[in-house]
Amino acid sequence: MTSQPIDEPVRVVDRRPVEWLPYLLSLPALLVCIGILIPFVTALYYSALRFRLNLPALKGFIWFGNYTNLLYDSEFWNTVSISLRYTAITVGVELVFGLIIALLLQRQTRINNLISVLLLLPLMTAPAIASLMWKLMTNPNFGVLSYLVSLAGISDFRWASSPSTALFTVVLVDVWVYTPFMMVLLLAGLRSLPQQPFEAAALDGVPRLFVFFRITLPMLSPYIITASLFRLLDAIQQFDIIYAMTQGGPGNTLLVFQVRAYLEFYQYTNVGKSAALLVVLWLITYILSHFFIKNWLRLRERSHASA
Amino acid sequence: MTDRIKDLFDAYAAGRVSRRDLMRGAARLGVTAATANLLLGSSFVEAMAADYDWQAQKGTAIKLLLNKHPYADAMIADLDNFKKMTGIEVSYDVFPEDVYFDKVTAALSSKSDQYDAFMTGAYMTWTYGPAGWVVDLNEYIKDPKKTNPNFAWDDVMPGLRASTAWNGVPGGELGSADAKQWCIPWGYEQNNLTYNRKMFEKAKVSAPKNLGELKETAAKLTKDLGGPYGIGVRGSRSWATIHPGFLSGYANFGEKDFTVNGGKLKAAMNTTGSKAFHQQWVDMIRESGPKNWSTYTWYQVGTDLGAGASAMIYDADILGYFENGGDNKEKGNLGYAAFAANPAAKAPTPNVWIWSLAMSSFSKKKDAAWKFMQWATSVEHDMFGARKMDFVNPVRASVWKDGEFRDRIAKSYPGYLDQYEASAPGAKIYFTAQPLFFDVTTQWAETLQKMVAKEVQVSEGLDQLAASIDKHLREAGLG
Repeated sequence: MTSQPIDEPVRVVDRRPVEWLPYLLSLPALLVCIGILIPFVTALYYSALRFRLNLPALKGFIWFGNYTNLLYDSEFWNTVSISLRYTAITVGVELVFGLIIALLLQRQTRINNLISVLLLLPLMTAPAIASLMWKLMTNPNFGVLSYLVSLAGISDFRWASSPSTALFTVVLVDVWVYTPFMMVLLLAGLRSLPQQPFEAAALDGVPRLFVFFRITLPMLSPYIITASLFRLLDAIQQFDIIYAMTQGGPGNTLLVFQVRAYLEFYQYTNVGKSAALLVVLWLITYILSHFFIKNWLRLRERSHASA
Repeated sequence: MTDRIKDLFDAYAAGRVSRRDLMRGAARLGVTAATANLLLGSSFVEAMAADYDWQAQKGTAIKLLLNKHPYADAMIADLDNFKKMTGIEVSYDVFPEDVYFDKVTAALSSKSDQYDAFMTGAYMTWTYGPAGWVVDLNEYIKDPKKTNPNFAWDDVMPGLRASTAWNGVPGGELGSADAKQWCIPWGYEQNNLTYNRKMFEKAKVSAPKNLGELKETAAKLTKDLGGPYGIGVRGSRSWATIHPGFLSGYANFGEKDFTVNGGKLKAAMNTTGSKAFHQQWVDMIRESGPKNWSTYTWYQVGTDLGAGASAMIYDADILGYFENGGDNKEKGNLGYAAFAANPAAKAPTPNVWIWSLAMSSFSKKKDAAWKFMQWATSVEHDMFGARKMDFVNPVRASVWKDGEFRDRIAKSYPGYLDQYEASAPGAKIYFTAQPLFFDVTTQWAETLQKMVAKEVQVSEGLDQLAASIDKHLREAGLG
């Protein structure tokens, strides 16, 4: 008996669920994105309103009215200026100090490791607490720093209560709190650099300064950019230190974005203006971050190409 | 406890027996001081419960939002009596003043029903009221079914009742016939001088009588004492800098924050008189104020006086009262004086701060909250606070007449009652009620800081301030 070949039935596979799978898997990420976007879109919506909580009858759309009012307000430009100055100075000083400390602690010895742990202490202090501590230390009646300054012959140094020294004082506190952050990132970067270029330079007897500027700094620049970017995002949104020490004063000396937006909302209940200020802050932060990230990517590409 | 002892205390709580007779009778019956306090509290509770169903909300739980303050401490110390009388459970959160009002704004603006009643000042209700965050308490006070017949609303001093009632119209008179009662006065403060008697003796000066003398005396104290500065006043970038001594003196010269014309407001800080007052104030701070004046809040002004770092303050009389007690270095050394800044004025005109209780519109237990508010502002609780705790200045006229309270103050706080009585007739809120209160006063404090720091001349600074406030008023449809 010859066997008759029987055609096997063709199995039809329903591919629809497979087509949906990537979307299904990305759903959590999508939900997170929506969660992030809701407050942002809400802020945009409120920034388009004339909306004071205690004047409900005035509530209504003014579209870009809050923004144009800001543009014609000299106080707003003062806020932009002081926010950018505060950011530039704190990030710059912390970068230099952080780098110097990281270079000093670069060699992995027991004492260096211990010092780097001790230097992290300010970072573990809440900025608001640190501010109160510094407020006491700079008190002209009993503050230890006021006493030390008086020993140097300066009897009338007014720290955060004088317009000429207020910025210096809050920068000092910021530097005290956040320099360890820079130090840690840069130290990690320094310790992970390949050793061959340094060994070759040592064999050739290249001067230390040349090694630092031509080898260490270029190789460390992705870390420098990353650390600076993190600090920049924080510093431009600084609130705790400035509010706890000066409430934005004396006068309008330290009326940075966050302090102003906070006052507009919590004290003046001007929701529209507060939201507009925060949207402008977001825009400035976005532009600055974009600049930093672009440079970071460029440096990374260059290092990949040379590898 | 025998019936005779109980009857004696009940008779006292009902006002049938004088305090002297109570003490004499209690001693005869062998009652100790501690037992007497307990019996008194219990008799007050029974007296309050006589004609009103305090138990109607039994089993309900309410939550309070409180500022860290001796008034809150006095209330908490007596809270068990309220719980016993009503069967209402009470919990509370207490925050320091630095963050307290932000916490209130956050709770109310989010329409949270977390808190049923909270401490507030009258200025704050100018925001909370029109925003619909607090209940108009006339609904309760005027309803005999909801309010204890013994609540004695009329016993609360008229100026304070008026100062906590506003019709919501910008520039509208406080306490007008159509005003809503946004909160119930609880305790209040007038702004006068508190001075260190020892330092004054050492520098051979007496309490100044007007702003010119204040400035001179403060300068002499700073020069002669060789350490402490002459005059403590607030200076932080906040509304709190404007409302105490500063506005009390400003009002004494007849100066105003706004003029109101046809329902529209116009800033009035740049008149000739206002400029002259500001110039004197600024010069006084520069010459004899605290070095870091621009960071000074109520706490720093008080602490310096209590610690002997300043010789005098022009601030809340109750701040001076607190600094004369406790663990303060200068305890017992402080004296008090009424103060009229204007030499031509007949009497002081202290701007008042009134710690009050308000009810959240979002509370789901309003009747229980109202029971608490009645109890906390009652004659009985006020009396307890005044006699046994540091509940100065009580808001009820009957408590000010109480002999035990007066004797206690007169004994340990020389001059306090005199300054109080000289100032009380002229004490009220001197600000114009309007919804931009915090914007205006913060800008005002900012301008003062600039003047003291010589960033701007007084005249120029006030012209700029008035122009800026007028712009804000126009933007908000008020100017």
